[in-house]
Amino acid sequence: MEIKGEIYRISGPVVTALNINARMYDVVKVGNEGLMGEVIGIKGEKTIIQVYEDTSGVKPGEPVIDTGMPLSVELGPGLLESIYDGIQRPLPVLKEKMGDFIQRGVSASGLDHNKQWEFKPVVKKGDKLEGGKIIGTVQETGNILHRILLPPNVSGVVDEINEGTFTVDDVIGRLSDGTELKLMHYWPVRHPRPVKNKLRPTIPLITGQRIFDGLFPLAKGGTAAIPGPFGSGKTVMQQQLAKWSDAEIVVYIGCGERGNEMADVLNEFPELEDPKSGRPLMERTVLIANTSNMPVAAREASVYTGITIAEYYRDMGYDVSLMADSTSRWAEAMREISSRLEEMPGEEGYPAYLAAKLAEFYERAGRAKTLCGDEGSVTVIGAVSPPGGDFSEPVTQNTLRIVKVFWALDAKLAQRRHFPAINWLTSYSLYGRTLDEWYNENISTEWTKLRSDTMNLLQREAELQDIVQLVGSDALPDDQQLTLEIARMVREYFLQQNAYHDVDSYCPMINQYKMLKAILTWGEKAVLALESGASVTNIVALESRDMLAKVRFEKDIDAVLDTVMKKADEEFAAQTQQR
Amino acid sequence: MAKEYKTIGEIAGPLIFVEKTEPVGYNELVNITLADGSVKRGQVLDTSKDIVVVQVFEGTGGLNKDSGVRFTGETIKLPVSSELLGRILSGSGEPLDGGPRIVPEDRWEITGAAINPYSRKPPEEFIQTGISTIDGMNTLVRGQKLPIFSGSGLPHNEIALQIARQAKVLGAEEEFAVVFAAMGITSEEAQHFMYDFERTGALERAVVFTNLADDPAVERLITPRLALTAAEYLAYECEMHVLVILTDMTNYCEALRQMGAAREEVPGRRGYPGYMYTDLASLYERAGVIKGRKGSVTQFSILSMPGDDITHPIPDLSGYITEGQIVISRELHMKGIYPPINVLPSLSRLMNSGIGSKRTREDHKAVSDQLYAGYAEGLDLRGLVAIVGKEALSERDRKFLEFADLFEDRFVRQGMEEDRDIETTLDLGWELLATLSEAQLTRIDNKYIEKYHPAHRNKSKASTE
Ligand SMILES: Nc1ncnc2c1ncn2[C@@H]1O[C@H](COP(=O)(O)OP(=O)(O)OP(=O)(O)O)[C@@H](O)[C@H]1O
Ligand SMILES: [Mg+2]
Repeated sequence: MEIKGEIYRISGPVVTALNINARMYDVVKVGNEGLMGEVIGIKGEKTIIQVYEDTSGVKPGEPVIDTGMPLSVELGPGLLESIYDGIQRPLPVLKEKMGDFIQRGVSASGLDHNKQWEFKPVVKKGDKLEGGKIIGTVQETGNILHRILLPPNVSGVVDEINEGTFTVDDVIGRLSDGTELKLMHYWPVRHPRPVKNKLRPTIPLITGQRIFDGLFPLAKGGTAAIPGPFGSGKTVMQQQLAKWSDAEIVVYIGCGERGNEMADVLNEFPELEDPKSGRPLMERTVLIANTSNMPVAAREASVYTGITIAEYYRDMGYDVSLMADSTSRWAEAMREISSRLEEMPGEEGYPAYLAAKLAEFYERAGRAKTLCGDEGSVTVIGAVSPPGGDFSEPVTQNTLRIVKVFWALDAKLAQRRHFPAINWLTSYSLYGRTLDEWYNENISTEWTKLRSDTMNLLQREAELQDIVQLVGSDALPDDQQLTLEIARMVREYFLQQNAYHDVDSYCPMINQYKMLKAILTWGEKAVLALESGASVTNIVALESRDMLAKVRFEKDIDAVLDTVMKKADEEFAAQTQQR
Repeated sequence: MAKEYKTIGEIAGPLIFVEKTEPVGYNELVNITLADGSVKRGQVLDTSKDIVVVQVFEGTGGLNKDSGVRFTGETIKLPVSSELLGRILSGSGEPLDGGPRIVPEDRWEITGAAINPYSRKPPEEFIQTGISTIDGMNTLVRGQKLPIFSGSGLPHNEIALQIARQAKVLGAEEEFAVVFAAMGITSEEAQHFMYDFERTGALERAVVFTNLADDPAVERLITPRLALTAAEYLAYECEMHVLVILTDMTNYCEALRQMGAAREEVPGRRGYPGYMYTDLASLYERAGVIKGRKGSVTQFSILSMPGDDITHPIPDLSGYITEGQIVISRELHMKGIYPPINVLPSLSRLMNSGIGSKRTREDHKAVSDQLYAGYAEGLDLRGLVAIVGKEALSERDRKFLEFADLFEDRFVRQGMEEDRDIETTLDLGWELLATLSEAQLTRIDNKYIEKYHPAHRNKSKASTE
């Protein structure tokens, strides 16, 4: 029998109920309209609930019903190409049921329960199965094969398994103990899905973004944070990663951000092609949009909904990347709820458990040997929106203690329209070494040297700039002026990358190598020319230099680089002969 | 008729605590009758079986424990009608113009439900404001929310008015309206707006809500919600393109802080409530375009940055929600430049979808980027010159220094009544860029240089002659 309690108090999204004996994190239905909520505290007689929908008009005395189930998501075919709110309600279904504006009291399940899927078993009667094993497959989208998994907490001997067309509710087989097998299962979002063991992240996530792949690489299964003040490029970079990174599955969470940005993604992704498969990007994407004006409790849940879906595809053996824009809005949702609970606040009003929650979340990333025996990964990239752009605040600081890659956005660079506005002096990646072997084998044995030369050059530039600020650039000796000019080329021709340019938006790893090599080679030639008597003014005015500037806009760069470097040789030769 | 309670247990600032009530709904509208028969309105902030907390919009002055409290059983609504056009209302929606009461065609909740992101159409229609720094470099599009970050004593009101007067979508004859919400501005400022609306005949197409500096602060919490509800009605029911001007958001935020303090909440950064981001988002996000509907809501809010500090929580949280910002500079204003818009910290995030060959002109993006880069470089050099003197600069650097001056004097500066079309703005940009050497124009594709650069234009003209 269901237990019916009653509402005692309503304060915004927080409702206190009496006379129910629910467990922590149970889902409850609140009030006459049955608004969805989750138990987040129990104090004596009182059960504290966060409600995922607007509570206006709800009154004390209205009923509260415990469903006895923790907050869970539906996992099965049909997740891809979906757009959900924070608690896995498909937004197109909500639109159909309640129009253009989000009303409340409407439930909608995460998967389409009417859609038929073609199921092909890979196990047979008598097979003994452990939890997490693959029992068959469904072609979910043009390019993605959905592996139907036995839920991690289920095991047994197959008694029956059928090939055919099924909905996610249909029984596709049975275990000998009578357990029914279906295309979908539920999983509680606040529990990480188990893996056999975690693996070292030794493969880079190739993003096609030169400053990331070139200077501060991220590993598949790694963690990264992009902090930055408003308007510095967090969302653009997250979207670039969602578009171009070589993950097989992308989960994009718009957590407490703008509605128009999500509309933009929805508009653009079906049109864009995955550079690897040539299929529409949307076919490998799951979107979660709980915008800033949607209920805060659902915003709090959205990151868990997202990461659980990501783990599910990892368990099938896929490389998944998850972007959360912005984790600060998630932290603020925790703060809002916590202050309604009148909890003892920690730093800047955030709850004392902020650091623990962030750590638990990022801990769910990783490359792993899955229960089905494959290898899969979840890479997590979180945007952080520090108040006033000040990185010393609690969310940024606690995040930096956990993540291995720090892509620091800089307001000064953004104001100057140097995009991506990633500060190359303060950013870092702790994966560099672990990935070197991969670059040696797959790109070039020269790559790591090229990268460290570039970093040294940029460091040197910063030191020289300090001097220029005091005495002006004309006061520097020629060789140092030339160093500044070469560093400028690295910044403007390589690090800058226009996300809105058809070609420049995505730069294959091999092209990155060729471009960087060309620029540094040009630099070496320039230094030689200077030593044999050419002037800095003449060197920087060379046409080959201007040509290098435009290489990044070319699709087929081999031919172009060839011409440029030939031209450079001619020009430098002419420079030295003139003497 | 709802039951009247005389059970106020406590009055604290704008809040009253009512005891021994029957169940009262969260967010319900409350009417409070004073001894002299006058009625104040309030809203339920917290409700339980023992106590109900009400915030009183007109302030608690004159209330006592004998005041009668009635819970209306419904949340706050605005009577909406196309007749709202041309009307001047108070900050809580009562007519101030001596006109008749609004005969409602419907009554809409003022909190406004969130637009389903799936129903949104990405904004992309270029709005020409006639101001070069906006159209050329921080383009506004229909359905965008773009605030002006200003400071006390700066001409943000003039700029807002100039935009309201000149804003148009090229080649379109469509129904438009302006919804204006004043929050805590002085009556002189309010007069200034009204005078301009009347002078230009804009009032006929406008709805005005005014909460002045001496009106109760709590009322400011509902004024913008009334305005946005009116805007949504005009946009989504009456199919108009609505420009909403909210001024001054800083006063709104102060009222929010005051309420938080009255409720003894744990304050967030610099004393502002921890939920201010969410609260502001519930206003700013009410801009947009909806698939399949004709109208649109574009927001232009004004906020003054306390101490000209862009990292102050009010501009900071706003900037995190809005789709860019137009930043007014005290330095440019002191130099006598109008409109003193500093383009460097300014930004329109939706610019890219609103410009280009089909919308403005193919070279727009490139020209804008190059102007930015040139001006930024010029300003850096200006800083350097102050230390090392002009002599230490190279020939190239000197050009950039001059470019920055020219840019401020010719591109930024324009008349209050000067309405530059986009062609004029872009051509002006080229004229200034032509003072730099062509090799420095690294952000512009050669094909645009050949087509639009004055040197080439003249050449191609000469050759055809
Ligand atoms: N790589 C890029 N290429 C071109 N333009 C960019 C790039 N990155 C950022 N921009 C520009 O900067 C603007 C702001 O970027 P974005 O919206 O990503 O900021 P944000 O850091 O997410 O801000 P907020 O915290 O307010 O959401 C974009 O609209 C775009 O004009
Ligand atoms: Mg963003």
